[in-house]
Amino acid sequence: MLKKLTALAALPLAASIWSAAALAQSKEPVTIGAIEILTGPNNKYGIAIKNGFDLALDSVNKNGGVLGGRPLAIAYEDSAGNKDQAINAARQLIGRSKVPLILGPTLSNEMFAAGPVANERKIPIVGTSTTANGITAIGPYVFRTSLPEADVVPVTLKTAQQKLGIKKVAVMYGNDDAFTKSGYDVMKGALEKLGIETLTTETFGSKDTDFSAQLTKIKSLNPDAIVVSALVEAGSGILLGKKALGFPEKVRVIGGNGLNAPKVMEIAGDAANGTLVGTPWFVGKSDPASEKFVDAYKAKYNMEPDQFAAQAYDTLFIVAKAINDAGAAEPEKIKDALGKVKYTGVMGPFSFTANRDPAETSGVVVIEMHDGKFRQFN
Amino acid sequence: MLAQQLVNGIISGATYALFALGFTLMFGVLNVVNLTYGVYFSTGALIALYATRHFGWPILLALPVAAIATGLIAVVIDGLLLTPLRRKKAPELASLMVTLGATLLLYSLMTAFIGTDIQRFPPAAIDPSAIEIGAVRITRSQMLIVGTAFAMVALLLALMRGTRLGLAIRALAENPDVARLMGVDVTLVTFFVSFVSGTLGAAAGILIGLNYNAIQPYMGEAMMLKGFAVIIIGGLGDIRGALIAGLILGLLEGLTAGYIASTLKDAVGFLLLVLTLWFRPVGLFGRAAAKRA
Repeated sequence: MLKKLTALAALPLAASIWSAAALAQSKEPVTIGAIEILTGPNNKYGIAIKNGFDLALDSVNKNGGVLGGRPLAIAYEDSAGNKDQAINAARQLIGRSKVPLILGPTLSNEMFAAGPVANERKIPIVGTSTTANGITAIGPYVFRTSLPEADVVPVTLKTAQQKLGIKKVAVMYGNDDAFTKSGYDVMKGALEKLGIETLTTETFGSKDTDFSAQLTKIKSLNPDAIVVSALVEAGSGILLGKKALGFPEKVRVIGGNGLNAPKVMEIAGDAANGTLVGTPWFVGKSDPASEKFVDAYKAKYNMEPDQFAAQAYDTLFIVAKAINDAGAAEPEKIKDALGKVKYTGVMGPFSFTANRDPAETSGVVVIEMHDGKFRQFN
Repeated sequence: MLAQQLVNGIISGATYALFALGFTLMFGVLNVVNLTYGVYFSTGALIALYATRHFGWPILLALPVAAIATGLIAVVIDGLLLTPLRRKKAPELASLMVTLGATLLLYSLMTAFIGTDIQRFPPAAIDPSAIEIGAVRITRSQMLIVGTAFAMVALLLALMRGTRLGLAIRALAENPDVARLMGVDVTLVTFFVSFVSGTLGAAAGILIGLNYNAIQPYMGEAMMLKGFAVIIIGGLGDIRGALIAGLILGLLEGLTAGYIASTLKDAVGFLLLVLTLWFRPVGLFGRAAAKRA
């Protein structure tokens, strides 16, 4: 009897729980997947990306979530920088978590492994840090928001031409490395297009330390600048060799993505001063949206964001917008909406090309090395 | 431009010679193909780097201390790896394989502890300013390399030709058994030669690291190929030959890159190597076998 009474008394309570559950069901979160390197040697990239996503996620959910009030959530999987683990993560997110979209993976070669899995299951996958050639050629469900190097270098050269009046240059590149060789091909094309004369093209090996013969020849030709496609080690050696040979200060080195690293300044010291590189984003970029992002990031994580965090931050807003535009958390609809999305974030205006690569390069920042720090040049 | 290219060639030639001196000594006297030599080059630079960074030592103190420490390491490694082989009079291939294995192990160990990132001496380690004579510029670290290379050759020649120890070393190079019968303490002399060549390798690593600011565990590996070319062109165990061959290689490379094409720079050295082996297998300056050291 007593038991029955208690049960009766509990009835209204149960009803109220029931209705709360019903409400929650209508506000069920939209969960998307993300595959990033969260452990292991390259985890600084993955963690910067995750931080960027999470910061943007806070903002999306504070402003009403997606699809009319449903919160957005991210299910993270760790790839540890391993291709097989990235494939497993993609299978798990698609098969078990039933996500309508995947963010990541971190590295281009992980995308070459996990991209085909998502593409085959018709789940859109959006790389935020995959810059290699051929990423989006994997299939119609593969997108990327990071600018490939081929889009950045021409902006750097054009800026140098406009601001410094550069007319004739010498070119140096590492001819035993696929990355520096493809960087050179891009530079060559861009120089021709801009009508900048190439006085000489010199090569070196990626393990060389002595560049004095090439630099002496270059010095005798009096170029306005030296355009260099090299990785950190050789690039730093070229800067040191250039200083040792006493080049005039106005002759700057203009580098590709390989030189976009603080390590260059650490090794070359003041020999690096004046070196120009292009980057999709820069922490000191003078732009209100970008500055607001840097402040929010510093407040939340107590450190400065990098390019990877910024790319991830913008990407989450782009994806949230596409989900809203799609009107449902369905992969096919989100894929179509992504193709049409237009968004202006911390990296500048953004939209996808028909081939699902970033269409705009106006956000590219040219930066200059100065006394151990990067500063904005354009 | 020609004057500067010639100076460039002499500097990089002195670099090769400095590296090759200890290598040719080890090769020519001990009659072993000791591939661990490149490790001593890296070890010396890394010890000196540590001393200047963490104890704030000036380079003039760090250089001899690191070089001697590396010399001692060379004695230990030589003793551990090669003494048993010598006792068994094992063929040269055995020493090649043993030292190859040891080299890979040592590089991996260094990489595990230090990583492969390149590092540099503190910028204050050496005055970076250059001296200009007409259109030619040369920095202090470059002068140090050229000066040291010539001084080391003079010192080694004096040791070999003018002292009893040098006589013992030459006897050992010619025939270890006869040297033993003549009362030479072969073990001691062997250790001494290992020590000297380890020290020379380390000193080369430090000076070259100081000049190019690119210190990392595998820096010795990159020098080994050029080192091989130099000691073969100069003649195995020929100290003066190593200096001259180094300078010839440096000059040829510089002039090729400056006046023909930089893509051919590396090819020139190995073309010279092939031609030497073809026409003068004992090396450019090699006399008939033995008596070289």
